[in-house]
Amino acid sequence: MKKTLFDKVWDAHVVDSIENGPDILYIDKHLIHEVTSPQAFNELEERGIPIFRPDQIVATADHNTPTLNQHLPIKDDLSRNQLDALSSNCQKHGITLYKLGHKYNGIVHVMAPELGITQPGMTMVCGDSHTSTHGAFGTIAFGIGTSQVAQVFASQCLLLEKPKSLRVTVNGTLRPGVLPKDVILYIISQLGTNAGTGYFCEYAGDVFENMSMEGRMTVCNMSIEMGARGGMIAPDQTTFDYIQDRKFAPKGEAFHESVAYWQTLPTDEGAEFDKEYFFDASEIEPMLTYGTNPGMGIKINGNIPKINDSSFKKSLEYMNFEAGASLLNTPVNYVFIGSCTNSRIEDFRIAAHYIKGRKKANNVTAWLVPGSKQVEAQIQEEGLKTIFEAAGFELRQPGCSACLAMNEDKIPSGEYCVSTSNRNFEGRQGQGARTILASPLVAAATAIEGKIIDITKHLN
Amino acid sequence: MEKFTKLVSTAIPLNIENVDTDQIIPARFLKATNKKGFGDNLFRDWRYTQAGEKDTSFVLNNDSYTGSILIAGTNFGCGSSREHAAWALSDYGFKVIVSSFFADIFKGNSLNNGLLPVQVSEAFLNRLFELTNADPNVNFEINLDAQSLSVLDTNESEFFEIDPYKKLCLLNGYDDIDFLISKKETIKQFEISRA
Repeated sequence: MKKTLFDKVWDAHVVDSIENGPDILYIDKHLIHEVTSPQAFNELEERGIPIFRPDQIVATADHNTPTLNQHLPIKDDLSRNQLDALSSNCQKHGITLYKLGHKYNGIVHVMAPELGITQPGMTMVCGDSHTSTHGAFGTIAFGIGTSQVAQVFASQCLLLEKPKSLRVTVNGTLRPGVLPKDVILYIISQLGTNAGTGYFCEYAGDVFENMSMEGRMTVCNMSIEMGARGGMIAPDQTTFDYIQDRKFAPKGEAFHESVAYWQTLPTDEGAEFDKEYFFDASEIEPMLTYGTNPGMGIKINGNIPKINDSSFKKSLEYMNFEAGASLLNTPVNYVFIGSCTNSRIEDFRIAAHYIKGRKKANNVTAWLVPGSKQVEAQIQEEGLKTIFEAAGFELRQPGCSACLAMNEDKIPSGEYCVSTSNRNFEGRQGQGARTILASPLVAAATAIEGKIIDITKHLN
Repeated sequence: MEKFTKLVSTAIPLNIENVDTDQIIPARFLKATNKKGFGDNLFRDWRYTQAGEKDTSFVLNNDSYTGSILIAGTNFGCGSSREHAAWALSDYGFKVIVSSFFADIFKGNSLNNGLLPVQVSEAFLNRLFELTNADPNVNFEINLDAQSLSVLDTNESEFFEIDPYKKLCLLNGYDDIDFLISKKETIKQFEISRA
């Protein structure tokens, strides 16, 4: 029988199947962070259950961490308490933790791939919906709730119904100024926020084949924004080259053996999907969101649609936008480049390339938040920091930051923020904050101009 | 986990689509290390103004509406995987959420906390909104064994789907951890077989 990439990885991890019920799926790597793990540790402790495979768990502190003065004690009591709980839980159970300030600390979905923890053919979970990011390597990776975190702690397994399969194919050549973020925002704007619910999505076609690993991670990251538990891209030479020589990657002969296995993973010719969508790359333009879910996206020079629906109207009212209007020339006072979607080195290179020799507009507060300590170091080594500082951008320390505004990095009420993050939900970046999702290039250009411009007219 | 068999209650209608878990419980309230007290901040930014006053236009602040059933627009629980959303709804007193569509992770989280997600047809959902808008005191019965949601006064009823394994867990108050631990030998064998 012809199998999809997803089938191959899933089937290789089924420990047992319950009659008329779910599969017991084995989990290779379990990533944890401070916000969704403490209650799971408590649960096991209360029930006297040991952690089954602590060496398959990796922890980082990211959601609730400050992005300034990370060497100082954390001011907020609750945040500090949560980080302390992570440290003591990891210490008690012998779990590797990259805590605040560690050279490998970073956003869970940035640090794991860059350390070579994420590898093709694995199953990976984390109590975070953007775990779908790791699917860029041909990995089954998905977000779980805290009860499931406890289940994986207890058994290294989960009880799951096998999801249905979906494939999104994008062929052709992307236009200048169109980045991976635009590709995924375009797909979600076309399919809606629940088209993928109940499915695992494979992205196929030359657009993804020609994409860097960073770009593939941006795409897979947002799979959950169309409802899909996860997204996957077939591993290829780009994947193998990225993994080779990373800290936890297999070395020497073991690496070549792994590659030989990874090469068997791509979807078989003729394998069937439950649902398929096809898009033409030339149709995609730089994208912006205008509403309060990631499906509410338009081309940068497009107009907000007119829809007669109470949820739609509520959304526009929150954003203070008019149906039918263009977003061009909207004054913007906040720009955020960061989050597990767009905080990798490539994102900062793109931003720096545009910013070099220019100055940020006076009205704009521009935060650049690297995804990890390693990205932060690379920004410095490559001289990007000098470019950012000369242009008046504020380079901060790694963490989830203003993507979910759990720490101090909040956008004030009523303000627009052009953000490279993944969610434009009401209040996501701070109470009353109005988020416009975009690529790092559009975000950089907005910061320079102090308003939204048609980036396609400003490219060399 | 608490058992769930049958529930008779009035319902609170929240006729908004795509309610994401950031609305159910905003991130700034996720700093606790236990599961208690999240109900206080359920739908925080819809229940209270930024000045901290009750927003009387929001349905949870309308005293006519009470009950342990929440009826919500389609694609309920999308976004973040935070199980705090299920904890907040339970802690507030909800036992059943009715919608025409649930996001995957939220649905799983609810089931793992004895909070029953009841998925009905779009037409039936609209009918439920119509009924509750007209009369806040209309009673509904959710029967898990029969997998039915019924309107007590009118005899209207709809069958709902639920994973048979999850149904068994809810009816008996079992959770997945007990089951998985009972399979530990099989799991160890699996590990050996792929080493």
